[in-house]
Amino acid sequence: MTKLTSLTIAQCRDGLRKGDFSARELTATYIQAMEAHRDLNAYITETPDIALSRAQDADERLKAGTAGAMEGIPVAIKDLFCTEGVLTTAASHILDGFKPGYESTVSANLKKAGAVMLGKTNLDEFAMGSSNMTSYYGGVKNPWKRQGEDTDLVPGGSSGGSAAAVAAHIAAAATGTDTGGSIRQPAAFCGITGLKPTYGRCSRWGVVAFASSLDQAGPMTRDVRDAAIMLGAMAGHDPKDATSANLPLPDFEAALTGDIRGLRVGIPKEYRPDGLDPQIQALWDQGVEWLKAAGAEVREISLPHTKYALATYYIVAPAECSSNLARYDGVRFGLRVDGDSLDDMYMNTRAAGFGSEVKRRILMGTYVLSAGYYDAYYLKAQRVRTLIAQDFANAFKDVDVILTPTAPSAAFGMGENMDDPITMYLNDVFTVPTSLAGLPGLSLPAGLDTQGLPLGLQLIGKPWDEETVLRVGGVLETAAGFTAKPALVGG
Amino acid sequence: MLDKSTVRNIAFLARIDVPDADLEPLAHQLSGILDWVEQLQEVNTDGVHPMSSVTEMTMTWRPDEVTDGGHRDKVTANAPAARDGFFAVPKVVE
Amino acid sequence: MSYIIKGETGDWEVVIGLEVHAQVTSQAKLFSGASATYGGEANDHVSFIDAGFPGMLPVINAYCVEQAVKTGLGLRAQINKRSVFARKNYFYADLPQGYQISQYELPVVGVGEVVLDMPDGSSAVVGIERLHLEQDAGKSMHDQHPSLSLIDLNRSGVALMEIVSMPDMRSPEQAGAYVRKLRSILRYLGTCDGNMDEGSMRCDVNVSVRRPGEGYRTRCEIKNVNSVRFVMQAIEVEAKRHVEVYEGGGKIMQETRLFDPNKGETRSMRSKEHAHDYRYFPDPDLLPLEFDDAFVARIKATLPELPDDKKARFMDVYGLSPYDASVLVVERERAEYFEAVAKGRDGKKAANWVITNLFGMLNKAGLDVTESPVAADQLGQLIDLIEDGTVSGRLAKEVFEIMWEERKDPAVIVEERGMKQVTDSGAIEAACDEVIAANPEKANDIRNGKEKLIAWFIGQVMKQTQGKANPGAVQEILKKKLLG
Repeated sequence: MTKLTSLTIAQCRDGLRKGDFSARELTATYIQAMEAHRDLNAYITETPDIALSRAQDADERLKAGTAGAMEGIPVAIKDLFCTEGVLTTAASHILDGFKPGYESTVSANLKKAGAVMLGKTNLDEFAMGSSNMTSYYGGVKNPWKRQGEDTDLVPGGSSGGSAAAVAAHIAAAATGTDTGGSIRQPAAFCGITGLKPTYGRCSRWGVVAFASSLDQAGPMTRDVRDAAIMLGAMAGHDPKDATSANLPLPDFEAALTGDIRGLRVGIPKEYRPDGLDPQIQALWDQGVEWLKAAGAEVREISLPHTKYALATYYIVAPAECSSNLARYDGVRFGLRVDGDSLDDMYMNTRAAGFGSEVKRRILMGTYVLSAGYYDAYYLKAQRVRTLIAQDFANAFKDVDVILTPTAPSAAFGMGENMDDPITMYLNDVFTVPTSLAGLPGLSLPAGLDTQGLPLGLQLIGKPWDEETVLRVGGVLETAAGFTAKPALVGG
Repeated sequence: MLDKSTVRNIAFLARIDVPDADLEPLAHQLSGILDWVEQLQEVNTDGVHPMSSVTEMTMTWRPDEVTDGGHRDKVTANAPAARDGFFAVPKVVE
Repeated sequence: MSYIIKGETGDWEVVIGLEVHAQVTSQAKLFSGASATYGGEANDHVSFIDAGFPGMLPVINAYCVEQAVKTGLGLRAQINKRSVFARKNYFYADLPQGYQISQYELPVVGVGEVVLDMPDGSSAVVGIERLHLEQDAGKSMHDQHPSLSLIDLNRSGVALMEIVSMPDMRSPEQAGAYVRKLRSILRYLGTCDGNMDEGSMRCDVNVSVRRPGEGYRTRCEIKNVNSVRFVMQAIEVEAKRHVEVYEGGGKIMQETRLFDPNKGETRSMRSKEHAHDYRYFPDPDLLPLEFDDAFVARIKATLPELPDDKKARFMDVYGLSPYDASVLVVERERAEYFEAVAKGRDGKKAANWVITNLFGMLNKAGLDVTESPVAADQLGQLIDLIEDGTVSGRLAKEVFEIMWEERKDPAVIVEERGMKQVTDSGAIEAACDEVIAANPEKANDIRNGKEKLIAWFIGQVMKQTQGKANPGAVQEILKKKLLG
């Protein structure tokens, strides 16, 4: 019999409804697996008691025929989502001991749909990073290794713990958040599927904010169908978030028709920078062929302001973060380091509580918003951002979806790329433009590089058109037939 | 280029204590990032509005109803220092 | 009425602008569902949003937007159908988010005006630069503990309207009149209760001086002045300070100052001066605040008659003086009381009774007109009794005092106490005869030309009749009897 932990959400759903196994059995198996792989450091907090008690409730609802869309499915929650009564850290020292008195809308929605929370996953501190190395709780190990090597690799970031947990089969699925690529890049690094929905599709209420105009929660799953199921359970209008879209929620799973005949796919020429890894280029070309073979029409498009996206992002995101993180001041929650005066207390607390990348971004953001520089940096960046969004809007007049690589490389070693912040920032070169424009982006594993590491392809859709993204993703997934697994799950 | 005193100033605005020894390397790093973002200046943005909402949405409003509050214990439960239902900070001399 | 400071080197004029923070009357806070009610146990009117907890998001209270627009219409101001909320970033113990959500470049209300009614009956127009919506901060208490300041966030997030005037005022009296008039308009509109004791209205006063005809000089901002009297005092002492500094050859630094009413001086708040750089930027948690013409029109339709219009109507319909009219319209309830009294009666007489007698008593008793022991229709009845001669003007004042004490209709009091005016000429003649008979010498003096003494006789007859005689009738009869 197949191991329970290797089943997808859809397979678990069927097994649970047929009574092949109970939610308690499934959950217990996951708890065992989670505990067996603590060396990955994927979880900051494990919540086995909560998991078992919710699994019991799930079994009752399954029996009563009132099961929700995710009934009994054991999932991990990125430790950026506030969970009532459960330690919530954002992987930062400054939130020491913080147990929120409230539950984020997304995690509450999942709970309502019957999902079982296994624990809170590791991430880059305040979701700032592309390697998970900035976590106060230490880096996460990617379950994948290079062929014949034992070097520990990063899972990508910031949702590194979530990606590693799904890839290592220590969660059936996980929530992620994406600000500049934080769902898609780790999904690509760990050989799983990750979907950043349209900005406004999932509520931000109760999610620790990094950059409010960019942050968006989404599912991280084993396959595209699971992403569709989980997005349906996470998303929806939330009157508590003024930027949450008041739109009807489509049946995302129903969008997976497998039929993309006549669909127009755009290939942006600007995503082919000099020195692009030939393996990445080859995979991308392969993706084009797969889609053509499935009946799609492929066109070259131009997104002329692409090269300015990263610089724009590294003004806008730090600016917003410098303000969003002002509330961590040692007064109402978390760490306090005393001082002789109020200002001393603030300065000591924030110096001790934030790690160096977070401090760097806060300082950067403070500078670009300060008197005399606001126009030249922040306002300029927001204007360029408009141009970047217009590029996409123009392109989407001619195409229905855009295909690109997810990341410029496969997973790298823990400790690599750490010397220069900009080198690290370049990881997000293909994901950041989508974030700036608020568009949905899906990353799915499409092949292995010569060292045996997974590589991802990204599909970008029109605003609110996750359905097309998922439909094309489903076709690409079938064509790619990616079945490789990290060695530790017996792949 | 950012100098040490500018870094000290923005560190104070951000209320992050930065030891003197770290000012120089930080100034160097931040200057590197600023040099890199300088490329935006080559983009012609004349007549372009700064982005004000990511997607075309109208803002949600709420009715004037009291739906929250009345849970001071929960509000102060996580406070590192609370006294008689108040938050406490080092004394401020005005 | 010009206000000039006579310095040693010549005359100085004072230039004043005010920023008034008015708490919006609403049930809930501007961006959270916690109660906006004043008071309560510490931190009890607090949501996780008001306390700046991780992941908490603001959602705008629609009614607060309506209130701001309504106020803008009341100030005859431009309404901006698109405005933007911005974050004003600074650290302080009672500012839990580390920023205040306010409006910076694009406020919801633009340029408008307030007409001042000065005691001499003259008017002055003060320009309004803008009105914007923002959150209040919490409250720090520094005197409750030897080494700690205690923070209560009940006020944190309560909606405020910051109303910024242009530097159009030239005397402490004008500034006082401005605050009173603004308060009056806000209370008419029901958008702010104007309660300065509870901090519902707080003033920041910008003061500078200059030689008449000169351009503006450096101003100082006096923060948080909380009564009309203190606003006027603070301006007076601050302007004097500027004059002394200039005449001593010094310079005024632009700074924030505090007014100390006990010492009658302002002092610098240097602690607040340090490195202020608010780093305003549009709040990414909130989209632009947008509404259409229909929204504005719907609010416009609910506007009450405002003090200026009411004043004009009172002058027109009731023939009142500008001053009387302006006194009557300060409070909507007072104006309504007056109108109830004046309806179908002589407006001037009604105004006189309301202002002189009723307001006098109310002020002495510290009562609001809505708490008046004498109802408007009762005061009206009293005026009717004077008009139809049932009671004399003199006794009427006494009747009014009894009405105040006993809360009875005037007719009942007059009846019970026999205070009816005596118009029966036989009874008056008898009383006159009695007084003449008792004072034969004085009567002779009159007959011999000392006609002024008639007044003395009238007084005696009034005394004799306990004030009930009609003084006109008494005079006529006495004249007939003594002078033929």
